[in-house]
Amino acid sequence: MHTPAPIGRTPAAADAPPAVVHLLGGTRRSIRLLGLIGMALACAPLVVRSEFHLTFMTLALYSTLLGSAWNILGGFGGQYSFGHAVFFGLGAYTGAILQVHAGLPAWTGLLAGSAIGGAAGAALGAISFRYGLRGSYFALVTLAMAEVFRIIANSVPFTGAGVGMMIELRSGPADLQFESRQGYYYFALALALVALAVSSWVRHSRFGAALAAVRDNEDAARALGIDATRIKVAATALSGSLMAAGGVFYLQYFHYIDPMLVFGPAVSVEALLGPIVGGLGTVLGPLIGAFALALVSQVATQALGQAPALSMALYGVILIVMVTFLPRGLGRLRLRRGRHA
Amino acid sequence: MLELKDVSKRFGGLAAVDSVSLVLQEGRIGALIGPNGAGKTTCFGLMSGFIRPDQGQVVFCGRDITGWPAHQVSREGLVRTFQIVQPFTGQSVLENIAVGAQRRRSRGAAIAFAAEVAARVGLGEELAKPAESLPIAGRKRLELARALAAEPRLLLLDEVLAGLNPAEIAEVVPLIESIRAGGTTVLMIEHVMQAVMSLADEVWVLAHGSLIAAGTPEAVTRDPAVIEAYLGPGAAARLAQPT
Ligand SMILES: Nc1ncnc2c1ncn2[C@@H]1O[C@H](COP(=O)(O)OP(=O)(O)OP(=O)(O)O)[C@@H](O)[C@H]1O
Ligand SMILES: [Mg+2]
Repeated sequence: MHTPAPIGRTPAAADAPPAVVHLLGGTRRSIRLLGLIGMALACAPLVVRSEFHLTFMTLALYSTLLGSAWNILGGFGGQYSFGHAVFFGLGAYTGAILQVHAGLPAWTGLLAGSAIGGAAGAALGAISFRYGLRGSYFALVTLAMAEVFRIIANSVPFTGAGVGMMIELRSGPADLQFESRQGYYYFALALALVALAVSSWVRHSRFGAALAAVRDNEDAARALGIDATRIKVAATALSGSLMAAGGVFYLQYFHYIDPMLVFGPAVSVEALLGPIVGGLGTVLGPLIGAFALALVSQVATQALGQAPALSMALYGVILIVMVTFLPRGLGRLRLRRGRHA
Repeated sequence: MLELKDVSKRFGGLAAVDSVSLVLQEGRIGALIGPNGAGKTTCFGLMSGFIRPDQGQVVFCGRDITGWPAHQVSREGLVRTFQIVQPFTGQSVLENIAVGAQRRRSRGAAIAFAAEVAARVGLGEELAKPAESLPIAGRKRLELARALAAEPRLLLLDEVLAGLNPAEIAEVVPLIESIRAGGTTVLMIEHVMQAVMSLADEVWVLAHGSLIAAGTPEAVTRDPAVIEAYLGPGAAARLAQPT
């Protein structure tokens, strides 16, 4: 540590204490890890031949997207939303309306849906955080918002009201519909990787450091010049935008949406459960959580059959177990030792 | 540098700060002293934008900053610390300080600068530790380091010496002097009179929300009104009598 800096290297890097080197290297390590995971998942269809298993992985990746979206606000930002379905539904309905009423291709729905999800996030964040809502009050406002939009979608004509909306079956990458299971798998993988990359950026960027500061001590953050409201609004927008992309994926995958399916509480629960199980405020937590949950519900379905409210009841039990015994999530089991090293 | 003009703040029926006016010149170390509950921390809150005054003006570097939000006051160069330390729990010492440093820096530069500041306040060996694992003296240093990393023009220190033992105090006192020597104006709230005497150019004494004395440390500690505020009515007279 006290040897002179070798020529050609910046003194700061050469003399830097290990903790500095470790923290500065975070971005690079994260990109490398995500690259490896991405490559492994991209190669998976070469090994995983059965449609059943590929569908399982597709839905787990879709769940990773939802979890990552929620985790940006809930995990990195510490603002727990119980109504992320509001963004999901807005994305899904935007996609459906553009395709059904305007005849536009699905990719425009993905872009417009994400944009509207982001705008809705900014608006909801601005309303909530300007007035200092926190904790359970914020959670309740989000929950109420999702319900309000569910009721609106149930009532107005251009959403098909309670009947829901069906998109035309058309195959082709521009329509974001695929004949093969592989097509949907790669669509879900691409979206999940974008969400993970955004999470990694949040984890290691200046923005993310400000967001974590607000989460961990808002007064201290403000004293250091951080505009807490603006940071939280931005995180809600980012989170809402990714969540809306999840809604568009749902639409393209199932071709049919109705108010309960996309604005209902089940979506909100799916979004928050993955990160809580996998590790709140970590990049990989939502991925680990999504695959773990997909596995558990698969096993449960095979053991107990398809009971209507089974998954919700199961999720409830998992949530209680996690919060009681592993509040830091599965992902932290392994990472904990290295975290502060 | 900093001027309070007739500033007041009430909490319900209690006048926590009552028509306080003071002027702190650039490049000096000022001290705000007074018995418990006198309104010192409330004064810091009023200066730094955490509390909005009911009345009066706060002027910083010629600008009326009354009613500005706290983050904006901080960006202007007026940075406070907290009497009850407020670490970012769950984050390392280095991460904590880097938040202070990142206002005008990229994340990478903020981390590098944070390590320098940590070394300066004596936290150079604790960079990787979680903030909450530090003993009280370490947390006070962290509070100071984080504010220092924001490179304030005026630093408000709220009892950074409280809870420190004499050896630790002897380390931090020269550090505060060096902060001033580096061009930062300092206003400190302090109960440790030995530190006030050795550091402060000017002292304001607050009791029950009102300023009761102002001047050099020597003059203020001889002021009968100050002695009575601390020790009760009649105390000055009793002390003056040889026993
Ligand atoms: N947010 C608040 N709401 C109501 N009363 C408050 C609030 N903050 C402070 N007070 C009251 O205002 C008075 C001044 O408090 P303040 O914290 O400013 O005193 P202080 O001089 O910093 O005291 P200490 O030396 O104990 O830190 C006290 O009586 C306190 O109880
Ligand atoms: Mg105080």
